[in-house]
Amino acid sequence: MDNNEEINSEGCTVPNQDAVDEAISNSDSAIVSEVSVDDRSSPVACHLSEVKIPAESEEGFTSEVDLEERRGFVKFLCIVIGGIVSAVPFGAGIWAYLNPLTREKEGGGDGFIKITTLDAIPANGTPAKFSVIADKEDAWNKFKNISVGAIYLLKEGGKVKALHTVCPHLGCFIDYRSSKNDFFCPCHNSNFKLDGSIVSGVSPRPMDPLKIEIRNKEEVWVKFQNFQPGHDHPIPLS
Amino acid sequence: MKALFNWIDHRTGIRSLTKEALFENIPGGSRWRYVWGSTLTFALFVQFVTGVFLWMGYSASSGDAWESVNYIQNEMTGGWLLRGIHHWMAQAMPILLLLHLMQVLVDGAYKAPREVNFWFGVILLKLVLALSLTGYLLPWDQKGYWATKVATNLANLVPFIGPEIQKLVVGGTDYGHHTLTRFFALHAGVLPALIVLLVVGHIYLFRRHGITPAEPRKKKDAYFWPDQVFKDAVACLAVMATVMFFVIWYHGAHLSSPADPSEPFSAARPDWYFLYLFQFLKLPAFAGNKEVWGAIYIPSMFVGLICLMPFIGKWKVGHFFNVGVMFAFLGGAGALTYLAKHEDVSGSNSAIYLKALLDNERDARRAIELARHQGIETTALNLLKTDPKTQGPKLFAQHCASCHRYDGHDGLAHSLLDAKSLHDLKRRTSSFQRFASSEAIHPDWLARLKGGAKTNDWQTVQAVLSANIEGSYEVIASTKFKEAPSAPDLKGFASRQWIIELLKPEMYISSRFFGGTVHKDGDMYRRFLNRKVIKYNDEEKEMLKLVALALSAEAKLPLQSNIDEADETLIKQGVDHLIDDISCINCHAFQEPDPDVEGPDLTGYGSRQWIIDFVKNPEHEKFYPETNDRMPSFGKKNILTEKEIGLIADWIRDDYYKGSNSSVTN
Ligand code: HEM
Ligand code: FES
Repeated sequence: MDNNEEINSEGCTVPNQDAVDEAISNSDSAIVSEVSVDDRSSPVACHLSEVKIPAESEEGFTSEVDLEERRGFVKFLCIVIGGIVSAVPFGAGIWAYLNPLTREKEGGGDGFIKITTLDAIPANGTPAKFSVIADKEDAWNKFKNISVGAIYLLKEGGKVKALHTVCPHLGCFIDYRSSKNDFFCPCHNSNFKLDGSIVSGVSPRPMDPLKIEIRNKEEVWVKFQNFQPGHDHPIPLS
Repeated sequence: MKALFNWIDHRTGIRSLTKEALFENIPGGSRWRYVWGSTLTFALFVQFVTGVFLWMGYSASSGDAWESVNYIQNEMTGGWLLRGIHHWMAQAMPILLLLHLMQVLVDGAYKAPREVNFWFGVILLKLVLALSLTGYLLPWDQKGYWATKVATNLANLVPFIGPEIQKLVVGGTDYGHHTLTRFFALHAGVLPALIVLLVVGHIYLFRRHGITPAEPRKKKDAYFWPDQVFKDAVACLAVMATVMFFVIWYHGAHLSSPADPSEPFSAARPDWYFLYLFQFLKLPAFAGNKEVWGAIYIPSMFVGLICLMPFIGKWKVGHFFNVGVMFAFLGGAGALTYLAKHEDVSGSNSAIYLKALLDNERDARRAIELARHQGIETTALNLLKTDPKTQGPKLFAQHCASCHRYDGHDGLAHSLLDAKSLHDLKRRTSSFQRFASSEAIHPDWLARLKGGAKTNDWQTVQAVLSANIEGSYEVIASTKFKEAPSAPDLKGFASRQWIIELLKPEMYISSRFFGGTVHKDGDMYRRFLNRKVIKYNDEEKEMLKLVALALSAEAKLPLQSNIDEADETLIKQGVDHLIDDISCINCHAFQEPDPDVEGPDLTGYGSRQWIIDFVKNPEHEKFYPETNDRMPSFGKKNILTEKEIGLIADWIRDDYYKGSNSSVTN
């Protein structure tokens, strides 16, 4: 309404309300100034340009062509400036949003974690599930000694084998089925042998083996890693 | 009043706006089939309102999310109602979306000039599904955690930039705080904002082109107001009533136990309207690295096809093709959903699935109960991790149940409602019952005749049914051991009943006690039970009973504290008999150390400390320095920590918070 009042003081006709209403209902949009641009012949029409342009050309520094050119440039500037100012908040946001791609993973030591002792693993070859207890950083928290995942350990001909509990298909938790003495993923029915190899189902690769070390004669240390699901070979997540 | 309204109208033009909104022409008059768009707008409105109020009670961090949702659900007045409406309306939305989409397709409302609006609709559908997906994770319970993991892992399959996308969605390599903050920002910010924009556009475009009348037109043209508005209002009422029915029936919405990355949840499933996609991925066609086809390519192509439908529909045949495709899709998706459900409740792994649901339910109830009783000092998960009732059975099943039993099972069985008759047992194993009822029984689970003499003689339900013995049955959800136990059953360990049974010669050498161990040939049986006790007269039998009382009192079991106190004099007599008449101290130390005897020390027998010391090292000279039979030294060999052994001991001794009588709503 500001515009209309200014124009008013320069001696234009004040649009009466009925005419405005009619204009609104005739038009797709309800902005009064646009209505007046479209409809220059009506008494409602009173537009800044009609008042100001003659005054400018009297001063004589622009021709109609120059004016068009200058207007084009102004429009261009409007778009550029508008683009820049609205890009700033998005830019800042997206920069912060992309942080996970660049954040360094904290890596202390060789990545091996002590899981248990040899005696805790059943001697008859049945796999046993063990929680992996480690420190974990979760954004603003640092948790000491919490379970960060789980693994299966089993004895196989005098050696110990470590398998990840996370399914290589899409990451569900693989079950040990005592009734059939095998591994089974309850999500999409992938079925694995005790050595981790695929029996049936949709998993693209066998269960992920983890590197294992026996330290101090009886301590079982495992290099605990998570892997990308869906590939036919294990790619560590980092 | 009128003047005021006129003034407002003059400054805002509200009157003409309302007029325009209400006096939209509907060719052929109002119809019930046009209500779906309005019910969807209404559902969105309900979700926005309840969502914002939920927001006032919700905290998006991995240590707070479950805790805050539990607080909303179980502690806040009206919280269950608020959460229930949000949950159940979210369940209604896919149905409404589908009805809306089908109406638009069947009536040909998607064709030129309404292509753009149809696309708006398709995008809206995707956005609403995205809201459901992001919402599912917010409670940070086992169900949402594991199911959403599968969904975000799917992002990994996107060609070239999959792993990066996944990292951005998850907010790192692992699930954590930032997964929740990101999901919540999407759920309550970005997606609702986009939806509002698109809905405005959708309705604007709809008004621009007008409604597509369903032919043949049955009535005269009419305005939107009031006939269609009335029908829309009735439809919204019906939607709200249905939702409220479920909200009240379920007293809000289900909350499973707090998310735990180290605890499997074998019943992780997406919400029902995503089940067909979930089942789709099980197809052998998408095995190995063809998975990306099932997960990404085919679904994207299908959405692409839907977007092309306005052009295909230009021809009459094309229209029939479109409608046919959608019905075929519905049929296929319906069949896959059915298969998924069917596999879960009756497939070859249904016993595992159903048991996982029970396990989770137990943990969930326990977490809620502990949160209410003890308060949450750190996290709800930590409450569970330090709770003997929760951890005891799990540790027992893993470390002890290869030799011992607990009431004949591995400690983790669930007692189910008794079956009153064989017929009842059979009825409850039907797959319909398993689908629909919480007291269903899987044929692979265990049952035993009620009141049978030997308390831990379980058979699979299948075996019971085929044996055809009439009677009432106790039922538990557990699987049968292949081998007989080789060490005592520890249910009620050191209680009066347990010791009295132990001291019966025939019981001592049964598999419930020492039948599977070398001790069945030891002095306790050969020299004492089988030589002396077997010939006891009534008076001696009475003395032996008092000895049992006295020995049991050593355990200081919380369950027996009352009777132990009441029977103080009897227990004193029992102690005398133990020392003098029955002379247990010939072979056992009692009240003072005695390095010369063979049998385990009876001082404090069955007390917390006694159990912990024993489990740490059964070969200690206090216990079985020479005759220990296979039991590992769990503490000495670092198999279990002292804390873990304590959890097992407390659980065996029934020494934990039992739960209040005030009901937990869930
Ligand atoms: C079409 C719109 C929406 C849909 C379909 C939807 C869906 C869902 C679903 C499925 C859940 C999980 C509920 C459960 O089972 O526990 C949820 C939770 C939640 N939603 Fe929404 N939502 C919508 C809009 C919103 C909006 C607009 C907000 C806030 C501005 C919101 C805030 C929340 C909050 C705070 C929770 C967590 C509390 C809880 O889980 O009970 N939602 N939503
Ligand atoms: S996640 Fe294991 S089979 Fe799909």
